[in-house]
Amino acid sequence: MLGDMIATRDSYGNALVELGKEHDNLVVLDADLAEATKTIKFRNAFPDRHIDCGIAEANMVGIAAGMSTAGFVPFASSFAMFAAGRAFEQVRNAVGYPKLNVKIGATHAGISVGEDGATHQCNEDIALMRTIPGMVVINPADDVEARAAVKAAYEYYGPCYLRFGRLAVPTINDEATYKFEIGKGVELRKGTDLTIIATGLPVSESLKAAEMLEADGISAQVINIHTIKPLDEDIVVAAAKATGKIFTVEEHSIIGGLGSAVAEVLAEKCPTKVTRIGVKDVYGESGPAKELLKKYELDAEGIYKQVKASL
Amino acid sequence: MNKLELQKKAVEVRKGIVTGVHSAKAGHPGGSLSAADIFTYLYFEEMNIDPANPKDENRDRFVLSKGHTAPGLYSTLANRGFFPVEDLLTLRHTGSYLQGHPDMKHIPGVDMSSGSLGQGLSTAVGMALAAKMSGKDYRTYCLCGDGEIQEGQIWEAAMFAGHRKLDNLVVIVDNNNLQIDGSVDEVCSPYPIDEKFAAFGFHVISINGNDFDEIDAAFAEAKATKGMPTAIIAHTVKGKGVSFMENKAGWHGKAPNDEEYAIAMDELGKAGDALC
Repeated sequence: MLGDMIATRDSYGNALVELGKEHDNLVVLDADLAEATKTIKFRNAFPDRHIDCGIAEANMVGIAAGMSTAGFVPFASSFAMFAAGRAFEQVRNAVGYPKLNVKIGATHAGISVGEDGATHQCNEDIALMRTIPGMVVINPADDVEARAAVKAAYEYYGPCYLRFGRLAVPTINDEATYKFEIGKGVELRKGTDLTIIATGLPVSESLKAAEMLEADGISAQVINIHTIKPLDEDIVVAAAKATGKIFTVEEHSIIGGLGSAVAEVLAEKCPTKVTRIGVKDVYGESGPAKELLKKYELDAEGIYKQVKASL
Repeated sequence: MNKLELQKKAVEVRKGIVTGVHSAKAGHPGGSLSAADIFTYLYFEEMNIDPANPKDENRDRFVLSKGHTAPGLYSTLANRGFFPVEDLLTLRHTGSYLQGHPDMKHIPGVDMSSGSLGQGLSTAVGMALAAKMSGKDYRTYCLCGDGEIQEGQIWEAAMFAGHRKLDNLVVIVDNNNLQIDGSVDEVCSPYPIDEKFAAFGFHVISINGNDFDEIDAAFAEAKATKGMPTAIIAHTVKGKGVSFMENKAGWHGKAPNDEEYAIAMDELGKAGDALC
């Protein structure tokens, strides 16, 4: 329901259970984090198709690759730090290079991991995964989108990285009408003065920031980019042409993520000033997730302030 | 195939290795030659494979975890009929499908892309687990290097294989005792290899990996072993079959020049003649 608060990691677990009912070849691999990644829901429903690899993410990705060659569709799950960070080279060489049908389900992305602190707050995973040729990179914004993304990833043949969060976020998409298409950006709010292009957790905060801007007489368009690769270049270029002011918002380093992807496209196709809002080339720290989002200016207030400062 | 026929095939496989690496002016002859008898046995005797149907879902699988010895695998596949032997001359050439390391997307008979050391065993474990979960009776074979097992991921995979009692998996360690920087025991000793695999829940068989009688017995024993995976520790001679390459770390990753190539082919030719 609109407004419901659900963490996308829960959406991931729920979607796996639903898909598991329909597809016998779907298997879920985990590295001793089933409780946290929420794949425990799948384990409870389909214990024979849940494979706990122990605390060995590199091996988990390799096992997933091997299983995919025999017709299984593995979802290899861990925290973003370990799935994309620790196992980067396994994902690159054992999954990406042979173009295997493996899905990497990465939860606990970004600083909203909260109290665990910097070692577990992965702000680099989009950058890492985006450089792998042929890798699809998806970062859903809410429960509706996250569940649709998991289904789309299953139906898509090839390597796919799915990014989920630990913190509950409001449902902004209406399940009855929402359609998810890999590589297709979604205009959530019309506007004429500037464009906020957001991905993942801060999409809902960007919508709130747009309302705050509206109160100041500034009309902000908001675009949700759930698929960072392949990027919807058309919607980005069209926005740049229409408003001429682009702001990217992500719970990720400003280096290598959505901001970079948008800037790369616009530099080549429609040179436009791009202001990147995100984690500013620093490590995170311990603290409640909401306090950290405020401190790192990724809540509505922080996004609003940064947009205003750059106008 | 009887022992004499296997020995003859192994000579042809070795000729293909030397020819491919010479043509490429680069590559890894030492570890390809040490494992040539194992490659030959697997593809001409042990494995259930069909060159006419390389993607058969019930085929036995092979993962070359020590992927740099691709010349050994390619020469074996070519001699077995997966692709023309003449194509070995294109090894590592721009535009050739015979990439420097195994590429499953483009090379008939290659079951897994590999080459980044330490990763192949995990993928083989995935294949073996998939067989168990889908009720298929194919077997999975994985060849590792003795230097390669310095990679920690090998032991992650071994722990999982032992834990899951994957008796449809056979790991072969090509124990030629040499890696790029010297002998494995001097660089960073993996010994005792047999005890390590045993500790991880494997049935372990140690053999002379250049002797077809011992290779034959080991794979028969592996097949008869139930309830645990098997590790065959194959003691081999790096560069086996080419006198000036034998037991020389320097021939790990170096191509013979024209003169050396002629000597190597002459030696292998005579070895083949001696078997007739």
